[in-house]
Amino acid sequence: MTLLQIKNLRASVEGREILQGVDLTVNTGEVHAIMGPNGSGKSTLAQVLAGHPAYTVTAGSALYEGKDLFAMTPEERAREGVFLAFQYPVAIRGITNAYFLRSAVNAIRKHRGTEELGPVEFMDALEEKLKVIGWDDSYLSRPVNEGFSGGEKKRNEILQLAVLEPKLAILDETDSGLDIDALKTVARTVEKLRRPDNATVMVTHYYRILTHIQPDFVHVLAAGRIVKSGGKELAQELEEKGYDWIREPAAVA
Amino acid sequence: MSSGIEAQVLQPYKYGFVTDIEADVVPPGLSEDVIRLISAKKGEPEWMLEWRLKAYRNWLKMPEPHWSNVTYGPIDYQGISYYAAPKQRPKLESLDQVDPKLIETFEKLGIPIEERKRLAGVAVDAVFDSVSVATTFRETLAQQGIIFCAISEAIREHPDLVRKYLGSVVPHNDNFFAALNSAVFTDGSFAYIPKGVRCPLELSTYFRINASSTGQFERTLIVAEEGSYVSYLEGCSAPVRDENQLHAAVVELVALDDATIKYSTIQNWYPGDEEGRGGIYNFVTKRGACRGKNSKISWTQVETGSAITWKYPGCILQGDNSIGEFYSVAVTNQRQQADTGTKMIHLGKNTRSTIVSKGISAGRGQNTYRGLVKILKGADHARNYSQCDSMLIGDKCGAHTFPYIDVRNSTAIMEHEASTSKIGEDQIFYAKQRGVSAEDAVSMIVNGFCKEVFKELPMEFAVEAQRLLGISLEGSVG
Ligand SMILES: Nc1ncnc2c1ncn2[C@@H]1O[C@H](COP(=O)(O)OP(=O)(O)OP(=O)(O)O)[C@@H](O)[C@H]1O
Ligand SMILES: [Mg+2]
Repeated sequence: MTLLQIKNLRASVEGREILQGVDLTVNTGEVHAIMGPNGSGKSTLAQVLAGHPAYTVTAGSALYEGKDLFAMTPEERAREGVFLAFQYPVAIRGITNAYFLRSAVNAIRKHRGTEELGPVEFMDALEEKLKVIGWDDSYLSRPVNEGFSGGEKKRNEILQLAVLEPKLAILDETDSGLDIDALKTVARTVEKLRRPDNATVMVTHYYRILTHIQPDFVHVLAAGRIVKSGGKELAQELEEKGYDWIREPAAVA
Repeated sequence: MSSGIEAQVLQPYKYGFVTDIEADVVPPGLSEDVIRLISAKKGEPEWMLEWRLKAYRNWLKMPEPHWSNVTYGPIDYQGISYYAAPKQRPKLESLDQVDPKLIETFEKLGIPIEERKRLAGVAVDAVFDSVSVATTFRETLAQQGIIFCAISEAIREHPDLVRKYLGSVVPHNDNFFAALNSAVFTDGSFAYIPKGVRCPLELSTYFRINASSTGQFERTLIVAEEGSYVSYLEGCSAPVRDENQLHAAVVELVALDDATIKYSTIQNWYPGDEEGRGGIYNFVTKRGACRGKNSKISWTQVETGSAITWKYPGCILQGDNSIGEFYSVAVTNQRQQADTGTKMIHLGKNTRSTIVSKGISAGRGQNTYRGLVKILKGADHARNYSQCDSMLIGDKCGAHTFPYIDVRNSTAIMEHEASTSKIGEDQIFYAKQRGVSAEDAVSMIVNGFCKEVFKELPMEFAVEAQRLLGISLEGSVG
């Protein structure tokens, strides 16, 4: 089933057009990897899909489960199962990680018409997820991402992913800045969450993560467009040759 | 960024209704005659009138202070009416004779004064414009010798007590607004807790401004005798009006040996609209004297209302081992301005003071913390701990901190911490991306930020404070 269908998407930030006609279709059960040079628009695509107010969609469309994604507010998208693991997770002082997570879980549960979880029930449900990412409770009583190391922030995104179990997970360089063990944890978590009724889009620079998570498709985003798509062998090719050989034909065209 | 933090979808002020009631209003203007008239209406003794006139004559010679970090147009003191009272003056002995409209007004504000609906555990003095309309639980309190009544009544019924303490903490010529208040104050509450008595109820006064073009000048005096304890709370609100209304109150607290006074304020005067039209000018002098040894005065304030707030509840720590505390949350949204803080004056030995100030600015609000800690020569081993945290929501608001420290005794121990944080668009977006609404995200962050102050409030009011904070920040994020 088609989960996300993006057609000719153009988007700009501060008056500059970054996405210049992106087409992408993601079906349930699939894992897509998006690669591409720095500044090519990968995070922009992720943020636009999540609804960040700094970005303006100037043309094109995106259907999520057949509905107009851009007509939904960011929180509606989240409650409907769109999850973005941020390239730069945000710190929030004054809210503990546990409280934040529970608020997120309950906002989504409320939206679905299921009963909200109290602090005790929630902690019980969380216990197992914590184990998966190899954390103890102490991270839960700390303010959200405040003072977390780069790798800890990424792990925290993965914890949220594991707890919220979205339909469409967009991971923006979640594998960057992780030590080898953490990388495996991330890969394991993503693999574990893989189901026939959900999908993952992961932005990455590294071939390594793709040896742990087998993507069904690899796309190259350059200068705001998907210039090449292929299977996981494309990632290996990129690892060896870099991006120049792909960029050139585009320049001729 | 129009969909962002700046977007102001303004939540109307929920207490802005006007009660349609016939009022006895003295024509605008201030003179000795007006003061004589107020004094006569209140049936005051001669000494009280003399005190008022002395204050007035001093006030005439004083310039309006402009050192605070707020701006406002000139106040026309002759354009204000200094006395307004509902026409049918209720007999204080019986609630049956209170105008039903007044009972209804306070009920709408969440302050039921009728016998069967009263808040359990809280005695309320309800002040409407210039007069107290009802005081609940008087008999219960009287059984323990506690006096809780309107100050105008106390002047008539307990003149010796009032005369002994009135102006003993805030003299009639203390400052411009205190002098004005001393000249024209109309009502307010008086509480007296006798020796060794622990007041079994929360005492509370609710101030309501209703009439237009009037000022409210209330005066509160609380005396806690040796070894007694009292927790007192004041709340307030006013209708939505285009004009600015002046509220210049004076509160005096006296704690004798081993006595404790806990004074909490939830200030929710009308803040004005998004363009800064209307709203209350809240110029208040509050001071407590820890006169006895081991005495303690604790101020907790949650300031969400008023166009301008100018107030520095302080403690004079005279008695050895006495303790002064100040816990404050001040919110400025839209065009509100607040210049608030505290003064802790250490005179006695081993005196301690704690200051925790949380300033939240949103919209175009300006929030200033101004505090003075003064350790005098004889105050051996005095200690102060100050913590001033500011939070900014959006980028058109401001936070300012002016901590003044004056230490004249080398044994003093002073600790000061300060921080400023910002709730940015990215934080809000992050929360929204996890399904949490912007309002919930802000209220989570803000409540977390204010936790240390809220825990000082009496239980019944902590919830109210959190709710109010939510309302006054509603619309401050997109
Ligand atoms: N909020 C913003 N304000 C200004 N420019 C922006 C903003 N967001 C993105 N850009 C610009 O858009 C372009 C694409 O940025 P984007 O973050 O999408 O790249 P990326 O492909 O994710 O790069 P990287 O691999 O380095 O993460 C860059 O030139 C960047 O400077
Ligand atoms: Mg990026």
